Amino acid sequence: MSIKTEEMVLNMGPQHPSTHGVLRLELVLEGELIRDVIPHIGYLHRCFEKHAEVMTYPQVIPYTDRMDYLASMYNEFGYVVAVERLLEIEVPERVEYIRVIMGELQRIASHLVALGTYGADIGAFTPFLFCFRDREKILNLFEITCGARLLYNYMWVGGLSHDIHPDFVRLTKDFIKEFKPNLKELNDLLTFNQIFVDRTANVGILPPDTAINYGVTGPNLRASGVKWDLRRNDPYSVYHKFDFEIPIGKGEKGTVGDCWDRYYMRVLEMYESLKIIEQAIDNIPEGDVTSAIPKRIKPPEGQIYARVENPRGELGYFIISDGSVNPFRVKVRAPSFVNMEVFGELCKDHLVADVVAILGSIDIVLGEIDR
Amino acid sequence: MMYDWLYNATGSEVIAAIIQSLMPLFLFLLPFALFAVLLERKVSGHMQDRLGPMRVGYHGLLQTIADIIKLIQKEDIIAASNDKKFFNLSPLIVFIGSYAAFAAIPFSGAFLGSNIDLGIIYIVAVTGIVVAGILMGGWASNNKYSLLGAMRSAAQIISYEIPTLLVVVTVIMITGTMNLYTMSEWQTEHFWNWLILGGPVFGIQKILLIPLMIVSFLIIFLSTLAEVNRTPFDIPEAESELVSGYHTEYSGMKFAIFFLAEYANMFAISVIVSALFLGGFQSPIGYVGNLFGLPWLIPFEQFFWFAFKGIFFVFVQMWLRWTLPRFRVDQLMAFCWKYLIPFSFVILLIVGLITVL
Repeated sequence: MSIKTEEMVLNMGPQHPSTHGVLRLELVLEGELIRDVIPHIGYLHRCFEKHAEVMTYPQVIPYTDRMDYLASMYNEFGYVVAVERLLEIEVPERVEYIRVIMGELQRIASHLVALGTYGADIGAFTPFLFCFRDREKILNLFEITCGARLLYNYMWVGGLSHDIHPDFVRLTKDFIKEFKPNLKELNDLLTFNQIFVDRTANVGILPPDTAINYGVTGPNLRASGVKWDLRRNDPYSVYHKFDFEIPIGKGEKGTVGDCWDRYYMRVLEMYESLKIIEQAIDNIPEGDVTSAIPKRIKPPEGQIYARVENPRGELGYFIISDGSVNPFRVKVRAPSFVNMEVFGELCKDHLVADVVAILGSIDIVLGEIDR
Repeated sequence: MMYDWLYNATGSEVIAAIIQSLMPLFLFLLPFALFAVLLERKVSGHMQDRLGPMRVGYHGLLQTIADIIKLIQKEDIIAASNDKKFFNLSPLIVFIGSYAAFAAIPFSGAFLGSNIDLGIIYIVAVTGIVVAGILMGGWASNNKYSLLGAMRSAAQIISYEIPTLLVVVTVIMITGTMNLYTMSEWQTEHFWNWLILGGPVFGIQKILLIPLMIVSFLIIFLSTLAEVNRTPFDIPEAESELVSGYHTEYSGMKFAIFFLAEYANMFAISVIVSALFLGGFQSPIGYVGNLFGLPWLIPFEQFFWFAFKGIFFVFVQMWLRWTLPRFRVDQLMAFCWKYLIPFSFVILLIVGLITVL
């Protein structure tokens, strides 16, 4: 006798504790096995690209903050790099150094959220709060610099909104000193925990060729063993002056490109970011951070594609200028959006619990996917 | 014993029995559940660099009471598509299943709900009812998450009952009794006589038993932990996957009842494990009452040690919960069937040989 079985469609989200925002996943299940995943996005669509067309160039900057709200500094960074290249202006070295420091601090803050929430997805709640404790210190640094903790509007075309606070250098050094032992604590508590390794190693394996075919970038691509980092491969700002490694996934606990590799990649990148900050913080050149800000931003007719290595991957801005004060078109290549596309491929034939593990390891931010 | 005293005082068997059966519930278990909820929040808070509840009362002492008042006031939502009868019944069954276990647990030398000879078997049987309640709740909720949670829970509890029972049988073979009170008495008031250290028999048998008993202790602690769905085995209510598993659809007081049952369960497994392996209510170092010739003090001391051991293991469970991630459902099953059951079975055979020879 055969029993009739049918597949069950489970609707995960948009209100769900571990979809990292308003993402809706339609899971086709056979028992607890995933047969198909259909992601539905767009719940957080705020028409960034359309808005940008009616704003002047500097007015777009606060909107970029609101895309990837965990890495606002880096969104601004990408945008101002694009506009500066369009305008062909030189930026003082001091500005570039401060931008790099802020960018790397932001990368650490963003990775801390990624790792903490990933721990919470796997069921370990304590690392989440440990990560947030350290992120808090970075937000304090941003706060004394520009007054805001999440959405900064700090990097302006050609300069910065404020110079750094006199205490900033000392406080940043204090932070680095405190943060290194905390990072080790995180490794002891979560990264090398056997249950955590069992849950994440050999799960959601992303082979390098698939990753390249789907256009996956950032830590997810490097975890698959591809050494590709725009800070090295297409240098912008003053990154060429610093000495840092590009870690790649080695499959220490399982297969190259599994969830554990993607997780561990972010831990390693935090060490590299610390290295960059340490090199930059003592050598910030003197100068005026507002001197190169143009009075009126009216780029010549033309177009530009500038890309930066955002904590989540390649953040690209494609800007078309028609010679007026408003951009004619701003198209954003959002790393989360592109990385998300590979998600369905990764989830096939895994269990429901693995969906959460894989989604967390890709580290998406819905604000950036929907824009 | 308490019952005789109550019988003499009231002169009625029925009243004495009612008072005795209600006493642990109202005097100890409900206050304990309230205390444990606060303890959990405080323990987790301090582990995570926070303070936990601080507002209601001194250092948040009255927080749980405020929560309970809030939960009582809340609307009891029953969705139109729920199976109303089973939906209402489920929290009760879970609650009864976990609280009925306390009937056979000796609280101290002088107080025991019911001195039945099948004590430990009764506890294992009556806590088995909880599965029915959980399945009922999951099914009646008419929610896919609840159903998945309930199915996982049923599979998990039934699997983990096997190693629990195998260890219990091992203990029964050594002690020769199924009565938890006799078992605790047998383990005397010195820690070297406890079963985890081979029991109150000396010679080659004790030395052979010690490693086996330590392993059995770990097995039964882990498997009972899985039976009450605590981390790292909290897969039925894995909040990051299943929202909150079988009680997703419950609100207000029904949710609170599930919650109370969980904390009662935590305490129940702690005291059962300590009754089996750690002398139950027995003091590890002798009694002050014996020392000063005050025999009336001994039951109170025993109650203290009983509560101390129970709360200590509850603390261990909280500690585990806020340290460890969660297993995946297949790993959980593999852990039970590939490791716990074979190990406990081998121990059962070896202990059988030792006791026979």
